[in-house]
Amino acid sequence: MDLGNLESLKFFYPEIVLSGTILLLILFDLFIRNKRWLGLMAFLGCILSLVTTFQLYGMSPGWLFHHMIILDNFSLFFKVVSLLAALLVVWMSLGCREIREIHQGEYYTILLTSALGMFFMASSSNLLMAYLSLELVSITSYILTGFLPHNRRSTEAALKYLIYGGVASGTMIYGMSWIFGMTGSLDYARISEALFQGQTNHLALFMAFIFILAGFGYKIVFVPFHMWSPDVYQGAPTPITAFLSVGSNAAGTAILMRFFFPAVSRLGEGGDWLFISGVEWPHFLLMVSMVTMTLGNLCALNQQNLKRLLAYSGIAHAGYILMGLVVLNNDGLKAMLFYIVVYLIMNLGAFLVVVIVANETGKEEIGDYRGLAWRGAAIPAVCMAIFLFSLTGLPPLAGFVGKFFLFAAVIKQGFYLLAVVGIINSVISLYYYAGVVKTMFLDFPEPTDPQVTMTANTSALLGVLSTLTVLFGIYWGPLVHSLH
Amino acid sequence: MIEPFVGDLSLVVFLPLLGAMVLLFIPRSMNRVLFTTAILFTSLTFFWSLRVLWRFQSDSGEMQLVERVSWIPAYGIDYFIGIDGLSLFLVLLTAFLGPIVILASWTISERVKEYLFFMLVLETGMIGAFVALDLFLFYVFWEVMLVPMYFIIGVWGGPRRIYAALKFVLYTMSGSLLMLVAIIYLAARNAQVTQVLSFDLLRLYNLHLPYEEQFWLFLAFALSFAIKVPLFPFHTWLPDAHVEAPTAGSVLLAAILLKMGTYGFLRFAIPLFPEAALAVQPFIVALAVIGIIYGALVAMVQPDLKKLVAYSSVSHLGFVMLGLFAFNLQGMQGALYQMLNHGLSTGALFLIVGMIYERRHTRMIDDFGGLWKQMPLFSALFLVVTFSSIGLPGLNGFVGEFLILLGAFQATPFWAAGAATGMILGAIYMLWMFRRVNFGPLSRPENQKLQDIGAREIVILAPILALIVFMGVYPRPFLSRMRFSAEPIIQRVESKKEATPLIFEGGRSRESQSHGN
Repeated sequence: MDLGNLESLKFFYPEIVLSGTILLLILFDLFIRNKRWLGLMAFLGCILSLVTTFQLYGMSPGWLFHHMIILDNFSLFFKVVSLLAALLVVWMSLGCREIREIHQGEYYTILLTSALGMFFMASSSNLLMAYLSLELVSITSYILTGFLPHNRRSTEAALKYLIYGGVASGTMIYGMSWIFGMTGSLDYARISEALFQGQTNHLALFMAFIFILAGFGYKIVFVPFHMWSPDVYQGAPTPITAFLSVGSNAAGTAILMRFFFPAVSRLGEGGDWLFISGVEWPHFLLMVSMVTMTLGNLCALNQQNLKRLLAYSGIAHAGYILMGLVVLNNDGLKAMLFYIVVYLIMNLGAFLVVVIVANETGKEEIGDYRGLAWRGAAIPAVCMAIFLFSLTGLPPLAGFVGKFFLFAAVIKQGFYLLAVVGIINSVISLYYYAGVVKTMFLDFPEPTDPQVTMTANTSALLGVLSTLTVLFGIYWGPLVHSLH
Repeated sequence: MIEPFVGDLSLVVFLPLLGAMVLLFIPRSMNRVLFTTAILFTSLTFFWSLRVLWRFQSDSGEMQLVERVSWIPAYGIDYFIGIDGLSLFLVLLTAFLGPIVILASWTISERVKEYLFFMLVLETGMIGAFVALDLFLFYVFWEVMLVPMYFIIGVWGGPRRIYAALKFVLYTMSGSLLMLVAIIYLAARNAQVTQVLSFDLLRLYNLHLPYEEQFWLFLAFALSFAIKVPLFPFHTWLPDAHVEAPTAGSVLLAAILLKMGTYGFLRFAIPLFPEAALAVQPFIVALAVIGIIYGALVAMVQPDLKKLVAYSSVSHLGFVMLGLFAFNLQGMQGALYQMLNHGLSTGALFLIVGMIYERRHTRMIDDFGGLWKQMPLFSALFLVVTFSSIGLPGLNGFVGEFLILLGAFQATPFWAAGAATGMILGAIYMLWMFRRVNFGPLSRPENQKLQDIGAREIVILAPILALIVFMGVYPRPFLSRMRFSAEPIIQRVESKKEATPLIFEGGRSRESQSHGN
């Protein structure tokens, strides 16, 4: 199936619905006085788009818009993930005080635009399309990060993000130009053909990959392209931090896998991926994965700000997710996809608790969580403990199952060193996650510490996320099934 | 979905968890109701475990009351539980101590709901780990124990509770994650050989691996279990955790959680990797005996009663390890028996220490003296428990230690002699401590006002004491049920004996790798 512009449109409903919602949001922002309705509209738009996405599931793969966009279950999966992230973040924003004080019309518009960009990131099958979609996500992210007016941290973070992002995408498009020079094409399928037939210079190819990886890596947040993340996570409005932490990571992983799989490798026998010989990808990724998780965890050890801690833990989790890519087979791929879903749920949950606490206290330092469980916020504290233990990978929570699959994939292929490094990292991460839990439960509150209460809205969302975290820890069969 | 959970064994596992769920719906101000509910559910668990005992056929070494439900078919993970002579009494002991520790916590007045919730979840984790026959399921239960214990130590513990709680979790977790790697490796390896991905322990027993692989896998399992036991030199978390934990936490920690380590050796590490176990036998035996003597010597100089009991655990668990690694029937039966004995006597000691701590808010031996005059009943019970811990003939401790030494002398006479001196040291520190606390002049004015133990405390201690005496004079019903399950393990190891050279000779010879089942 290779469709032209007009025929493609009927397979393009999710994007159309989302774009329509964005336009409507801009329009209605002019009339509607109660801006809360805009959030609800964005929410409905996401649900509608989600429904249309599910309708496309299970179709035979094909190309849309003259080989620009690929439509297969893989891209649909990431569309669902991005939509879920956007949906949950919109829901979270509805209950967030920080957001209520800013221009909500623009906020929801840009948020959904970013989600739209992630759609394209997951489905582009052309280097130019990949670049454009990445930029769409990046630019919207810069704006969202700096969305808090009169907040120096937010502004600083946005500027930092912009500069890093600019450099990274500049490097990436330079690398893409090398690939174009070597193969004469921007289309993934043709690149693959040319690379597997032609006599390419391996060193040049390797360099080009490294350049391109700078752009992708900066989205996934792996070392050494991680520098922006702690500042951005801390400065951005919390729902946006949550969105970036899961959405950007997932979309970055998607674009990376998309680039790897059809463009520079082929499916070998028994589900293994074959690479162009002479370009040592697995070992390079292995190093990146180990360094990323170790650095993330070590830096997280000493953080005082919870959002910053979660930023570093996010870096570490990017490292875990990369573990699945190192093995370069379908087991690893499945483990990665599973982990991304699980990570989406538990990480959004953790940020939701940050929102709930910040709504009442306006603070995000770990010290401000002192005795949270005994200050009328037992439920958020318990949920936070569930999310954090799940991030650590303790059974019977979803994070454990995710890690189990990753380790299983890695061990099966004989990467024992990577497995052991991953294990050591899990223990390190236990230390700081348990430290937060300790502050919430084992430290007792001072009389001056404010009480924390929840609204119906946030508690419903919290209930959904924590139930899913436990549920996928005990019975994850259906989720695995949907990954096939 | 309901049907799989009606088996007797499943009920024993999940009744406490059900109780924990019920607790959530009781308002937190109703302390009495909360306690009663918890006692009700733990007692129910105990009665149901008696039903398991009733249904257990004592003349079989097979897994009994087996329940198997497919859990995650894609990965060959089953909900697979069963019980045999090795786990039967440990399950019973756990269920037996359940109501006792709740009753012993009666004086806790703050955050009662959370406390009882964690206690009940912990009980499910412990029983589950003893009956799990699927490695994945076992790992889940094994880790489920971690979180409640973290909170029990960390919230309701002593002054250094936070440090102790974190240390406990980090130690245990670092060990168990390596075990996770080994479990996955084992399952993947089994899949390679038999083309079936499975975490079924009984199936994995039949997998025969070359010595080098066994060795590393054994190490990964053994590290995790050795930390839990704790085998010298991995014991340093234990005194902290014991001393800081509330009484009930210490009791469960000593009586059940430590047994998890020795049980792990017996159920997993030794039978899965018999050749590796044989090869490292000299090291483990040496560490066990060092632990026996070291624990006893350190216990001797402790000024704090609870710390003394904690170090005595290191010493006692050394005996258990010595018995296990003698690889003969006496040693193994003795080790199993001693696991129960230690659970009862050390559990009782912690309860007793808790009782005087509640009265005097100190645990320093020097603060006491002459208690016999003031609290005769308390001191008399204390004496029985002390004798049980020393291993006085007629009480349970004697049977276990005697069997262990009998087994150990056949296997390694030299180390067995060392262990025997440890027994003497044990008598010294326990009796010395007892003398300083209970005899001599009742000089301190605070001690002259002490109340003897009341009805609740008698109810707590009496069943334990009854068992201590019963197990001392009539061990047969216990030993005979253990026997048939212990024998196959010994045979597995024995059959590898000729084929395995010492570790110093640089691995095994080529021919013997093909040997096996």
